[in-house]
Amino acid sequence: MSNIPSELKYVASHEWVRIEGDGTVTVGITDHAQDLLGDVVFVELPEVGAEVPAGEEAGVVESVKAASDIYAPISGEVIAVNEDLEESPELVNSDPYGDGWFFKLKVTEPDELAELLDAEGYAEHCEADS
Amino acid sequence: MGSKTALYAKHQEMGAKLVDFGGWDMPIHYGSQVEEHHKVRQHAGMFDVSHMTVVDVTGTDAKAYLRYLLANDVSRLKTKGKALYSGMLNENGGVIDDLIVYLMTEPGVSGEWFRVVVNCATREKDLRWMAEQTAKFDDVALTEQPDLAMIAIQGPQAIQLASAVLSESRAKVAAQLSVFQGQEVQGWFVARTGYTGEDGLEIMLPDDEAEAFWQALADAGIQPCGLGARDTLRLEAGMNLYGSDMDETVSPLAANMGWTIAWEPENRDFIGRQALETQKAAGPAEKLVGLVLEGRGVLRGHQKVIIEGVGEGEITSGTFSPTLGHSIAMARVPAATADAAEVEVRGKRIPVRVLAKPAFVRNGEKVFQ
Repeated sequence: MSNIPSELKYVASHEWVRIEGDGTVTVGITDHAQDLLGDVVFVELPEVGAEVPAGEEAGVVESVKAASDIYAPISGEVIAVNEDLEESPELVNSDPYGDGWFFKLKVTEPDELAELLDAEGYAEHCEADS
Repeated sequence: MGSKTALYAKHQEMGAKLVDFGGWDMPIHYGSQVEEHHKVRQHAGMFDVSHMTVVDVTGTDAKAYLRYLLANDVSRLKTKGKALYSGMLNENGGVIDDLIVYLMTEPGVSGEWFRVVVNCATREKDLRWMAEQTAKFDDVALTEQPDLAMIAIQGPQAIQLASAVLSESRAKVAAQLSVFQGQEVQGWFVARTGYTGEDGLEIMLPDDEAEAFWQALADAGIQPCGLGARDTLRLEAGMNLYGSDMDETVSPLAANMGWTIAWEPENRDFIGRQALETQKAAGPAEKLVGLVLEGRGVLRGHQKVIIEGVGEGEITSGTFSPTLGHSIAMARVPAATADAAEVEVRGKRIPVRVLAKPAFVRNGEKVFQ
């Protein structure tokens, strides 16, 4: 069974969201997603300063097996990206909720936060998916 | 649920992630495909390849039958146990399957027979085709050996580590085998073959002895590896995968398999010969080349290849190469080709290098400039 921390929020496309409480969020992909992808070899991240609308492509993660789009879980402005992933993409596999984070957003549509799944909702989604 | 090899319980016990492969539940990896890949290049790894189909060919016409069935010529097998790689073609010269055939006796003796190993995904059509072709011969028998497990042990340390857990007489055989040769010993067939570009063994043994042997190999420090690593290893080594790099619509001349066609002697009639001679005379339209992407991104099967001023082709197999740290691919392109091309990757055109021969890594070392 994959790890789904209860303090995070999720979207059906397998990104997680940590609400930092200062109007920003941190985004990554879930343990379930990294397990499906297998060994990650490249991560393409958005530019700092880019505006990303909710549900739109914000990057690409490439594993040995497949390429997969990363979607912005909510609308925002990119304020930081995880530059460590350039040299060490395997962090996405080894620590998906920690050192394997992808980018941070300044939230522009706070109402969208209410639409995110909680851990239970995401677990049900994964269950129904498999 | 798919078919299960004799090692299924061992795979589960060792934490394998299992996937469907040609109707079989097979390990894709045991944690990390990339780590398994490195283990084989640097040390030793083992693969369950029991899903492969083993067919013994016996009878007084066995040799004549195989000389008609296969594009390569089993007459080239001059030593007991020696193996030959060949395509099995249809009348149009398309590849029905690629296979390995072993001469199981001394050549030319009474009772001379052969062992053929074909792919699992093509088992039914192969067996049907092989059976149909026996009609032209008086005395050929095909006997499938479904109760054999097969374990491939590959890597620079593979033979040494495996020998420590083989019986004394089997270890002695393993030490004496030449490359691409096998020998039956104490009911096991031990061969110095593989699909990784490293030295190693492929061992066929009765199903009921497979678990204990697999465990002994693991205890000796040999890494269990899944089909994921098997695919990246074979692609680095420039070895074709049936169904991706060639199939019934593709000539061996367009699949880097020209070397497996035995044109001599000219009077040997084999299935597909006429079609191949016509193609050869006209000059093959396409060829299989290697592609190298030294920047970021991963080349994948079916991506379009554009060669400026020459034409277009398609990637047949592409992956990230764990040994080289960048992407490599095999692609079928117009025979004229060039030394540079562009590949359409997710809507963008990316420049790649073109290698005349798709071979990237052998025995742990990069083999192209």
